[in-house]
Amino acid sequence: MTVALKPGSPAASGCLDAPILRERGQREVFCGLTGIIWLHRKIQDAFFLIVGSRTCAHLMQSAAGVMIFAEPRFATAIIEDRDLAGLSDANDELDRVVERLLARRPDIKLLFLVGSCPSEVIKLDLSRAAARLSQRYTPDVRILNYSGSGIETTFTQGEDNCLASLVPTLPEADADTPSLLVAGTIADVVEDQLCRLFEGLGMPAPAFLPARRAGDQPRVGPGTRFLLAQPYLPETARLLEARGATRLAAPFPLGADGTTEWLRAAADAFGVSEERFQAVTERPRARAVAALQHHRAALEGRSIFFFPDSQLEIPLARFLSQELGMRPVEVGTPYLHRGIMDPELALLPHGTRLSEGQDVDRQLARCRADAPDLVVCGLGLANPLEAEGMATKWSIELVFTPVQGYEQAGDLAGLFSRPLDRRTRLEV
Amino acid sequence: MKLAVWTYEGPPHVGAMRVATAMHGLHYVLHAPQGDTYADLLFTMIERLPHRPPVTYTTFQARDLGSDTAELFKRTLGDAYERFKPQAIMVGASCTAELIQDDPGGLGRTLGLPVPVVPLELPSYQRKENWGASETLYQLVRAFAGANAPEPGTPRPPRDPAARPSCNILGPTALGFRHRDDVDEITLLLQRLGVEVRVTAPRGASPADLARLGEADFNVVLYPETGEATARWLEKTFGQPRTQTVPIGIGATRAFIREVAELAGIDPSAELDREQSRLPWYSRSIDSTYLTGKRVFIFADATHAVAAARVAAHEFGFEVVGVGTYDRSFARDVRAVAEELGTEALITDDYLEVEDRIAELRPELVLGTQMERHIAKRLGIGCAVISAPVHVQDYPARRSPQMGFEGANVLWDTWVHPLMMGLEEHLLGMFRGDFEFHDDAGASHHGAAATARPAEPAPEPEPEQPANDADGPHWSQDADRELRKIPFFVRGKARRNTETFARERGFDTITIETLYDAKAHFAR
Repeated sequence: MTVALKPGSPAASGCLDAPILRERGQREVFCGLTGIIWLHRKIQDAFFLIVGSRTCAHLMQSAAGVMIFAEPRFATAIIEDRDLAGLSDANDELDRVVERLLARRPDIKLLFLVGSCPSEVIKLDLSRAAARLSQRYTPDVRILNYSGSGIETTFTQGEDNCLASLVPTLPEADADTPSLLVAGTIADVVEDQLCRLFEGLGMPAPAFLPARRAGDQPRVGPGTRFLLAQPYLPETARLLEARGATRLAAPFPLGADGTTEWLRAAADAFGVSEERFQAVTERPRARAVAALQHHRAALEGRSIFFFPDSQLEIPLARFLSQELGMRPVEVGTPYLHRGIMDPELALLPHGTRLSEGQDVDRQLARCRADAPDLVVCGLGLANPLEAEGMATKWSIELVFTPVQGYEQAGDLAGLFSRPLDRRTRLEV
Repeated sequence: MKLAVWTYEGPPHVGAMRVATAMHGLHYVLHAPQGDTYADLLFTMIERLPHRPPVTYTTFQARDLGSDTAELFKRTLGDAYERFKPQAIMVGASCTAELIQDDPGGLGRTLGLPVPVVPLELPSYQRKENWGASETLYQLVRAFAGANAPEPGTPRPPRDPAARPSCNILGPTALGFRHRDDVDEITLLLQRLGVEVRVTAPRGASPADLARLGEADFNVVLYPETGEATARWLEKTFGQPRTQTVPIGIGATRAFIREVAELAGIDPSAELDREQSRLPWYSRSIDSTYLTGKRVFIFADATHAVAAARVAAHEFGFEVVGVGTYDRSFARDVRAVAEELGTEALITDDYLEVEDRIAELRPELVLGTQMERHIAKRLGIGCAVISAPVHVQDYPARRSPQMGFEGANVLWDTWVHPLMMGLEEHLLGMFRGDFEFHDDAGASHHGAAATARPAEPAPEPEPEQPANDADGPHWSQDADRELRKIPFFVRGKARRNTETFARERGFDTITIETLYDAKAHFAR
């Protein structure tokens, strides 16, 4: 795989051979259940039933904030004392809860039974439950299962498991027709922009995983080439490959350069000429670069420290250093998948400290010692660090905002410049 | 299993966190899987605390389950002590750790730390957040105050006549609804009465402070949900009586003052005479006449539900059409106040049941939690928040207690605000065809963009509840049109009354005559 490097880039060797600090200790991260918060908005006729404890339900309503009142398509089947007595009992109980749920919501076409820490520790077999219930409700409702538990998954990995559970159910594509698939939840508006770009390149319209409706999930087969729109999808990628699809390696579509390289990987695979590629991408790319300039003054030369959260940290650090001149001090990630991340690591400035996993107290100590200009961290750390005088960018917002593609490059930079801007405005 | 979209309370270990975070010098080591640190953001975001809660999690993962999670717990506990050097440590398990049965209490003892280690047993699959907070405070007080307890059966020595009477304040925690300002308000009130506050716990107390609880003459229980179990134990152990009245509202605050005065052996008349709340005058001023008999539904934790019901009925002149709580352990108090006010109690933690009851009763105002705010929004009913669970906007920057005389002022403003103002209400009733004042426009002071009245002669939409349901008596067209001339906030009740009236008399069809007959029948 090759990545077009900007001439004169200081990242000549990047971080491909950089040592990685691997730590184990307290991890201040979300579990994979939180992926439901965006997945249930994306797949419009899917329902997510967590089989878990009151803690899981409490997490979801605390994390979902006000969204929970807009008749959300998620809920928790709370395990009670008597369910712990015997497993056969728990299966009957689950059937009853699903029956009540589906009776209330006849609009649901796809039901995910989502495993949690308690359901996994008591070894409640949700895959068998899903098969059993699927049989009962077919063809009206398909029932799948995946794990969003904290013991198995961190934050965005919940989406990986969810999409991976969908892959074996995708219809088979016609092997002779090459098709393009984009995997990973992205905002509808970004999907539409990408479709226009691919159309301009004369390529087949991409299918998206997940699709907006349960019945419209993409076809997949040996003729399918796929791009990951999100970095946290190794399991989904593995299963797509198992179906014969080919992954197109690329940096992620963050920023003007990231988006260009990502599009180029697809254009190359589909034999699009360089002239046409330039002609189609030139204007939006120039627009993105111009939008980034508005934020350069605030960000250039500033140091930035990433606490692990979503696996978006490395692509974001690459974008901020390559396109805005920021200096990543430490880039923490919950998991580092080399196969997927190598194109990004190659573009990260040499000397960036990389860490995988977490011991939050030790990492905080390093952060204080580094005294970075901006800290990217979760909501449990952001206000305490602000109170210590550090500027923070809370990281969850990066998952809940349209940030991919040319038209969002300026917005993405704005997410990082805003906290710094705010500090210059406040006189109290 | 129980299907839950919304839960009024978190798991019990969140209650323990509320106690740990309220105190200082205390650390909590929680055996919990990766991800349970979400609870930190309740404190850093919702309560906006500028520091991390004093909680260390083991955050075990699946790979740890294959090895020794007990060892992980011990290592985490040892590290937490070395790092934070607290006066005392609490150890416990979250729901998942409860299943793997590592016994944090036993492991904590074997480590031989130089500070007290208090084990917490919080059954996550039976109990909830408030119980967890109450039990945690109780265990801490037993551990630290118990050491100073006199021999059982020892009578409490009489107070030195030269010393001022003193009390403790029990119950306020972190993440409590208005606990910060309630404590300030009641501390001031007690000071004016001449009563000294020795220890406020858990909010602001250290383990060393808890050891001094026995010194006070009596206990003030502000929040029975979190403080009563402890107060009972202190009563038994140190012979300290406790207050029974929660001072929310004018009547309750006066009763509280008399109760405190009785316990302290002092004269409350000066404080009662200088009462400074504006609520009594505001409520008597003629502008408030239109509040008379407004139908209000109340749902909250038991303490706030009981208080709000009495205040609504006796201090606002509302009609309480329903009162309920999600907290079963204090259900009796709520049933009692419901009976006292001639209404029915609703004891449930299922929000769908609460929604059904509100839809059925069609009140003009809902006083509830964050959840009821959204039920009310969906049903188009005014609402004010009176109890946890609440979101960030109910941890305000301004001083806004619920308790005491200033608290009554806050209640007044908060509860009246969502109602349509009197004149607007009259005009709506008089001029039903007005193009700006109409049902769908909503209360004008809520900032809703003015929506134009739908062009006549299209029938007014009433999507939630068609006038003719399948098995009820049939509404004639004329009667239906007449019904829609009744202002929207009482229309639901008028419809129900008329249908009941018709059904009781075996009428198949409701005419305009039936509507007015029913109106006369139900008029009081």
